[in-house]
Amino acid sequence: MSKFLKIFLPALSATGATLTLAYVVADQFVVDLPAPLRGAMIQPAQAQDSVEPAIAQAETEPALTAPTGGFGLGRLATVEEVAAWDIDIRPDGQGLPDGSGDVWTGEEVFVENCAMCHGDFGEAVGRWPALAGGLNTLERDDPVKTVGSYWPYLSTVYDYINRAMPFGHAQSLEPDEIYAITAYILYVNDLVEDDFELSRDNFLTVEMPNSQNFYLDDRAETELPLFRQSPCMSGCKESVEITMHASVLDVTPDTDEPAAETSESTVQEVTAELEVAEQEIAEPEAITEVTSVDPGLVTAGEGVFRQCSACHKVGPGAANGVGPHLNGVVGRAAGAVEGFRYSGAISDAAEAGLVWNTEELSAFLADPRGYMNGTRMAFRGVRSDDDIAALIAYLSTLAE
Amino acid sequence: MVENIGMKPSRRGFLRTALAGGGALAVGSTAARAEGDPVILEPRPWNQFLGEGVDARPYGFPSEHEAHVRRQDVPWLTADPISSVNFTPLHELDGIITPNGLCFERHHGGIAEVDPAEHRLMINGLVDRQIVLTMQDLMRFPRENHVYFLECAANTGMEWAGSQLNGCQFTHGMIHNVMYTGIPLRLILAEAGVKPSGSWILVEGADASGMTRSIPMEKALDDCLVAFKMNGEALRPEQGYPVRLVVPGWEGNMWIKWLRRIEVGDQPWHHREETSKYTDLLADGRARRFTWEMDAKSVITNPSPQAPITHGPGPTVLTGVAWSGRGTIPRVDVTLDGGINWHDARMSGPSFNKSMHRFYFEFNWDGQPMLLQSRAHDSTGYVQPTKNQLREIRGENSIYHNNGIQTWAVDKDGRAENVEIS
Repeated sequence: MSKFLKIFLPALSATGATLTLAYVVADQFVVDLPAPLRGAMIQPAQAQDSVEPAIAQAETEPALTAPTGGFGLGRLATVEEVAAWDIDIRPDGQGLPDGSGDVWTGEEVFVENCAMCHGDFGEAVGRWPALAGGLNTLERDDPVKTVGSYWPYLSTVYDYINRAMPFGHAQSLEPDEIYAITAYILYVNDLVEDDFELSRDNFLTVEMPNSQNFYLDDRAETELPLFRQSPCMSGCKESVEITMHASVLDVTPDTDEPAAETSESTVQEVTAELEVAEQEIAEPEAITEVTSVDPGLVTAGEGVFRQCSACHKVGPGAANGVGPHLNGVVGRAAGAVEGFRYSGAISDAAEAGLVWNTEELSAFLADPRGYMNGTRMAFRGVRSDDDIAALIAYLSTLAE
Repeated sequence: MVENIGMKPSRRGFLRTALAGGGALAVGSTAARAEGDPVILEPRPWNQFLGEGVDARPYGFPSEHEAHVRRQDVPWLTADPISSVNFTPLHELDGIITPNGLCFERHHGGIAEVDPAEHRLMINGLVDRQIVLTMQDLMRFPRENHVYFLECAANTGMEWAGSQLNGCQFTHGMIHNVMYTGIPLRLILAEAGVKPSGSWILVEGADASGMTRSIPMEKALDDCLVAFKMNGEALRPEQGYPVRLVVPGWEGNMWIKWLRRIEVGDQPWHHREETSKYTDLLADGRARRFTWEMDAKSVITNPSPQAPITHGPGPTVLTGVAWSGRGTIPRVDVTLDGGINWHDARMSGPSFNKSMHRFYFEFNWDGQPMLLQSRAHDSTGYVQPTKNQLREIRGENSIYHNNGIQTWAVDKDGRAENVEIS
């Protein structure tokens, strides 16, 4: 501390000392810069014309400001670096790359990359977002907000597909593919004909049906005056009735504790929880059927599996989702899960006799599309061989 | 009405009481009359045997008896757990600070596990110098400390059409309140030099969803922070490690995690999270956009459906939290009778701008059913409205910004349920 003071003491001006004192008194909860440094950098806080006297912190901590010309930190970005990251698209078309794509190409690309979640016609699978339909539903009790019925700008569609889709394999599509998918989404919303081709040149000519129905936050006019009235404190109403119970719907997730705590219970309310507890007990039994697998590897594999779990379900009662359930997958014939609609590529491989043994699965998981050209699995692959081994060890514990 | 100190009941204790078929008080006093409390009469293992040494827990974790305190998700809400949300267990917390491991999570492409050595923050667009900053560079800017709440705009969104979920964790748990250490965004923008035409910024995350939001320059230059610490320690990965944006008082979706780029422009970008999502569809089919500020709101956390009264009639502690995106919370009213009569709650703990506040109301419970509500007043004079007042203006389809008054019905056994009342 004494060394610190010796170095900085000359810089400690009278202004700095006053500010420091005022600051410490005013706000004891906030740790700040060393006082001498603060004296050199802090400029007086701007006058506040606030009508909010109760706000203590904002007024007592002087605003930090930058020195003229900045601190000289960082370095200039190269043109290539900015180009690599600056991929955003605006409604005025700023950022759109060269390229084009038509509806028919779009259908192919969409079915290949998007339909497993959004449905072949954008109607959605499960709780994944619907992209089409919903026109004239926005005033109804259950509005259907899709690209066609709700989104105000087409640029948002291009931007979002480009930066975030396909889910789990972002930024993997080429501009022509994105133009084509965007054209197809317009087509399934009946906004263009089937011979339509979208390109940077005609992008701004597409008007979205709901574009005029958004307006700026108006709470300051429509709500704040109403909600700034002094409320009643006593005898405010004659009687009170309950008009709705959450228990009628009962959609609250199970919040209870491990099975040991509840299994001794005879209380009726916890029956549902007991059913869950029984399921939890059933799982380890399945795991013990395979005894040759390293438990540490299985645990690691369970962790790796999280990146698969959005599309593939496992465990007792697992159903097909975006992908087939994976119970018993290790050693099973490819394309054999009942009720799952496989890609042509997997079906062909199944007919040729492919079996998901460790070797085949390892190759598939390392590079799904490289291994199985035409698979619908939109997944980049597992990069590390250790992770693949762990994942297969985990999958091998899952009984049929 | 008396002052008293209350022990917070646990869910576990409640179940045990129910199993025994009688009140905890009766069981306890019988045992005490016979021979005294065994936990006093007989030594516990921790009284006799040595515990773990100082090298056992280099980065500590909670007692094993707190294993029931956890973030939880609502599986039916979303298509999968990767682009999803979980909820802060508000009923297990006290004071105003949310522990980092319990802060609710919302991400759109899973948790990005970013190597800070490979993380860069780029400033581009309408600036004098397009620059790149490393984490080391960021550590050389002056920094500030502020406590702010972060509330998802969809918090309480499942309750627009009526009571759905039994527990304040699920109805109100898309919020946390944390002390951030961070760099005022205006210092970083000044480093690049914003051109006079620069009136908006686009902030972008490094995760697999490439999250983006547009923010007006006025807010960017006001109180936004580029934060790297929460409650003194590094941001947790699920909260944007190594660096996130803090947008005080505004909806949580704008607080871009894993912040990697800030672009300066002259108009908003209207990206997915500000068009398809986070716009408020009203009853007439039109939608509000850019509803950034979070309205004043409060909720009673105890008692509540996950935290029933287990001690029977007598001295009872009611507590809860309140916050406003427009300032502080100088006052909270509570009612035990569904709004016929209201009482001043007692505010306790620091009152920071755009931070969560803690309130208490101690009373002697007579063992009769109650209808509990809390009503926040913020420093601008805004009074938290009822759910029906909001519905009259907005309808039931807006999903976002439901800050209406919450009601818990407590029955004579102390159990609480999420209800709506006349």
